[in-house]
Amino acid sequence: MRILVNGAWRETSAAQLAAALEELGYGGAIVTTALNGEFVAAAARSGTALADGDRVEVLAPMQGG
Amino acid sequence: MLELYGTPVASRLLLGSARYPSPAILAEAVRAAQSEVVTVALRRESAGERAGQGFWGLIRALNVRVLPNTAGCHTVKEAVTTAHMAREVFGTPWIKLEVIGEDDTLQPDVFGLTEAARILTAEGFEVFPYTTEDLVVAERLLEAGCRVLMPWGAPIGSGRGLNNLYGLGALRAHFPGVPLIIDAGLGVPSHAAQALELGFDAVLINTAVAQARDPVAMAHAFAQAVAAGHAARLAGPIAARDMAVPSTPVIGTAFRG
Repeated sequence: MRILVNGAWRETSAAQLAAALEELGYGGAIVTTALNGEFVAAAARSGTALADGDRVEVLAPMQGG
Repeated sequence: MLELYGTPVASRLLLGSARYPSPAILAEAVRAAQSEVVTVALRRESAGERAGQGFWGLIRALNVRVLPNTAGCHTVKEAVTTAHMAREVFGTPWIKLEVIGEDDTLQPDVFGLTEAARILTAEGFEVFPYTTEDLVVAERLLEAGCRVLMPWGAPIGSGRGLNNLYGLGALRAHFPGVPLIIDAGLGVPSHAAQALELGFDAVLINTAVAQARDPVAMAHAFAQAVAAGHAARLAGPIAARDMAVPSTPVIGTAFRG
């Protein structure tokens, strides 16, 4: 299926969010996630199913004012 | 000592972490400013570059308290979701709440801000709202549960200083017990000294330090100005007058009478 990751369409075979992050290369990274605009806590990622067309945000610490 | 949500903070200079020439200069500027609180943000992470991982390592090594922001959020929903994400990744209930209402001035949407502050406070966040100097908005934010306010001095990054001295003075006078931090718009250390002289508890500086020709020297200059302004406030500044008052005693002046 295709999911929108940080604004770019990506193909994934992962059924849920935790597996998709691994597949996309985020393994071990300190990131925080949202699915379709809703926060998904790290502990909930493996229980969060993905569907075709889902919008995933993967954010990390960055410079800010 | 200044307390922010029960946390004592010795330095009244909070520093932003954006727009420095390099991470090393950011780290040196934080040390020169002697800041204990540094603002940070969340941005999309690329799996290949992993830029955020290195930045977070640098900030953690500084041993400061981080104040995550919701910069760039234009709606209550975006700001609340960003706050949730920030709390998880930064491990703090502190959130500098920004809900932007207008892009030319980056003026806060004070209606959305108040609504988001109410939601987040109910969820246990300790909200630092980026607001205007409007007294009624300030009252609403306090009702929403905020125990610190961050009024702007001028639009973010503008370097114009305290644009509305009357309004800011009124805000200070109306809420004597509330920590008030001037956030945004300061350009030079004299602006920061003025804010502290007026009785504001602290200032948050980013662009004025980060974009200075020598950010580290400017961070040091701001720290001195903040210390001077606070010391002056405690010393009790005289009231301004319209007419001259001789400082040299007039009794016994020669050649007169």
